[in-house]
Amino acid sequence: MENRAIFSGKLLAFLLVAPQLAISLIFFYWPAAQAVWQSFLVQDAFGLSTQFVWFENYADLLRTPEYYQAIGVTFVFSALVVVFSLAIGLLLAVMANRNIRGVQIYRTFLIIPYAVAPAVASVLFIFMFQPGLGMIARELQRSGIDWNPVLNGTQAMILVVIVAVWNQISYNFLFFLAGLQSIPKSVIEAAAIDGARPMRRFWTIIFPLLSPTTFFLIVINITYVFFNTLGIIDTATGGGPNGATQTLVYKVFQDGKAGVDLGGSAAQSVILMVIVVALTAFQFRYVEKKVHY
Amino acid sequence: MANVALRNVRKAYPNGFEAIKGVTFEVGDGQFCVLVGPSGCGKSTLLRTIAGLETVTSGEIDIGGRVVNQIEPADRDIAMVFQNYALYPHMSVYNNMAYGLRNRRMEKKEIDTRVQEAARILELAALLDRKPGQLSGGQRQRVAMGRAIVRQPKVFLFDEPLSNLDAKLRIAMRVEIRKLQRRLNTTSIYVTHDQLEAMTLADILVVMNGGQVEQIGNPLDIYEKPATTFVAAFIGAPPMNLIALRDADIALPGIGSEAGILGIRPEDLHMTSGVNGAVPDGGIALDLTVETIERVGAETYVYGLRSDQNGTAAVSAKPGELPPGEILVRIPGQSGPAIGERIRAAAAREKLHLFSADGRKRIALS
Amino acid sequence: MVEHRRFGNLLAHLVLLTGVLVVAFPVYLAVIASTHDNSVIANGQMPLYPGTHGLETYWHAIVAGSSKTTHQPVGAMMMTSLVMALGIAFGKIAISIISAYAIVFFAFPFRMTAFWTIFITLMLPVEVRIYPTYKITSDLSMLDSYAGLILPLIASATATLLFRQFFMTVPKELVEASKIDGAGPIRFFFDTLLPLSVTNIAALFVILFIYGWNQYLWPLLITTRDDMQTIVIGIKKIIDVHDALTEWSVAMATAVLAMLPPVAVVVLMQRLFVKGLIETEK
Repeated sequence: MENRAIFSGKLLAFLLVAPQLAISLIFFYWPAAQAVWQSFLVQDAFGLSTQFVWFENYADLLRTPEYYQAIGVTFVFSALVVVFSLAIGLLLAVMANRNIRGVQIYRTFLIIPYAVAPAVASVLFIFMFQPGLGMIARELQRSGIDWNPVLNGTQAMILVVIVAVWNQISYNFLFFLAGLQSIPKSVIEAAAIDGARPMRRFWTIIFPLLSPTTFFLIVINITYVFFNTLGIIDTATGGGPNGATQTLVYKVFQDGKAGVDLGGSAAQSVILMVIVVALTAFQFRYVEKKVHY
Repeated sequence: MANVALRNVRKAYPNGFEAIKGVTFEVGDGQFCVLVGPSGCGKSTLLRTIAGLETVTSGEIDIGGRVVNQIEPADRDIAMVFQNYALYPHMSVYNNMAYGLRNRRMEKKEIDTRVQEAARILELAALLDRKPGQLSGGQRQRVAMGRAIVRQPKVFLFDEPLSNLDAKLRIAMRVEIRKLQRRLNTTSIYVTHDQLEAMTLADILVVMNGGQVEQIGNPLDIYEKPATTFVAAFIGAPPMNLIALRDADIALPGIGSEAGILGIRPEDLHMTSGVNGAVPDGGIALDLTVETIERVGAETYVYGLRSDQNGTAAVSAKPGELPPGEILVRIPGQSGPAIGERIRAAAAREKLHLFSADGRKRIALS
Repeated sequence: MVEHRRFGNLLAHLVLLTGVLVVAFPVYLAVIASTHDNSVIANGQMPLYPGTHGLETYWHAIVAGSSKTTHQPVGAMMMTSLVMALGIAFGKIAISIISAYAIVFFAFPFRMTAFWTIFITLMLPVEVRIYPTYKITSDLSMLDSYAGLILPLIASATATLLFRQFFMTVPKELVEASKIDGAGPIRFFFDTLLPLSVTNIAALFVILFIYGWNQYLWPLLITTRDDMQTIVIGIKKIIDVHDALTEWSVAMATAVLAMLPPVAVVVLMQRLFVKGLIETEK
């Protein structure tokens, strides 16, 4: 960081950073440290004594089938959301990038999902997909599909994926649009003169030049699925049926509610912390460098 | 046969603005045509309509005998060099040049031959594996040209390709472009706002202003006989002196009443010996008080104020306009008058240019 | 470009229109549902056009709440949400801007340490530390309080990074001229820096307000009292009653009300919103 130091009031400076540092320490670092510490402990059945057990909690986790299931669920959920939500966002951005009338209106509508809370979005879709009551649910029944996400794990996953994709369209759309607009028009024109038809231009020129944006959005979407879908899952499926929609974060939430295995819950949190660090590090090292708007 | 013909081409935008107001001219096979004019005159727009990047409201564009108005840029058999080069940033130099050929499903070997040949001509052989981001401005420019050359198109289109280069490089590249074009003998249309570039490169010069063609012809013909005051002031540097006759007290025998503006190039004015020096037969003499002197080594520019100036009306020809009543005289060498000195500058009759009062018509001087 | 312009534009309109329909349909449906009587909805007979019960349902929801679950009127829940959202937005902006100010414009020991300390919090979203943070909040007696709702969420690094980035583009000469004019650091901040930052602050405000309003996990955990429920949590409780008994008309009305402020903010301040979104992610 360059040296722009111009004011010398040290006391004032400390006072200025103090609030944020204080809150960071109290509400971020201290809990995080506690989680790490607790992940190395085991409480006895009565909660009276604790024992330091090194990595036993982690080992236990890795022996629990439910944990692997949660990993699988999170992985599948992420993959589906990334693929669909990026594809749809990109398609809409490409269309909106042409100089057509009314682009502003389209854009206004398309950014609405971002403002809707994931939990509220979930409620909107539950209303449509509720077996027996929801409009779409009834159509599905009518065309012979036995739609019941309460009993069918795959259908439950489909439901939450739809909600998550809907919620994320705006974000991807906006960033892809910005990315498209940062490609110089003359490069596209040169490609046109060079004999590339629209589809070929898209795949050989536009898409490669969008790759920084694409990578960035992949990381963001994965982060969204990991951490922001709790509201969706909690309202729509409660993690079920049988853990079919229980992501890693949701598992921490549910296990913690039961309040029985603090050590295990803490270990899960720590593993999640490691994942976040990895994602953030990846984002900053490989993606941030190339993204310019 | 790769000539380019424009017949009454017009381009108007939905909001009513007419960027091109009816342009007609023809460029013969193998000729180098330069479109020159100030910013906003429509020359780039015209080039882009020839390329197919912009639509035409009316009129016809003809390449090699074929009307191409409805034909895609890719199928017009043209190649274009952009002002900012527009290289594909994610591809190597080799692939930048090969891209167009690959799109046309050319055989790999043929592509390689062409790319290597172009690289050789443009001295890019050592750079083939680099990406545009690793090249200097001049190198990028050459890659842009290489991309155009390998296509072996009917027409080259250049959109101010040298504007982003520094002065020295610009001069060197100018020469290279001309040599290349002569060698390949491809019809070329080149857009620039720099009249010097225009003069040195063109076989045919098209001077444009406000969406219209002011004059078309051989550069030297245009220089010797500009058709309007705009062309007179735009072509040639330093610009021609233009004097509004009704504001001046100049004795000029044998001109009609429709003559409004008199033009004399700075290099055609000669200092007479003394203030009462002889005036050439049928020519004119201007009595000036020297205001400023600029010595550039090879020549000297003398700025003088006319003592016969009646009004202060400026002649309307914007490029390089001198303040009203000021005359520029160009003297070879380093000698010259002193500031404040009164001198007489005379010009021979055959070096005078006469225009109508609105500057739009050239009037012959007998 | 010359090619296929009309066809391409037609296709674009088609695709965009479809996109808008898909995006707007759930919202539209909710609005429609909130204007019909609940029995019509429960029977699966709800039409696609608005009904006549709108005013009644909304009034009922805002003033009385859903009688079967939380007795909290939606109007009150909206107030809670509003206080929380505004608190988070203003709180984040306030502490971030002064931190960024200190880090960029002052020389003090451990400056870089402070910066990294703040930066690393980016990697600790509330979801990875929920229970320990809950415990601390509880220990500080901040459960069921606005302080508890707001404070643990406001130390995010994104706002600080944004301000830092922006401050680094402020020309040094501006500060020097200010100093010559006799202004100390505080005067400089209020008279010069703050006015310059207004657009950034506004853009951030939009993003942070939405973030705060839409919070789910944290309020769910730390508030149990009826009068501290936010509207986003309230919705869940309304539909939590098993299907047949859910008052869908009220639920949808609540959903619409829950969406209204953030959507309004985003739509009305679109340009700022987009700017804020893109700036915070760089």
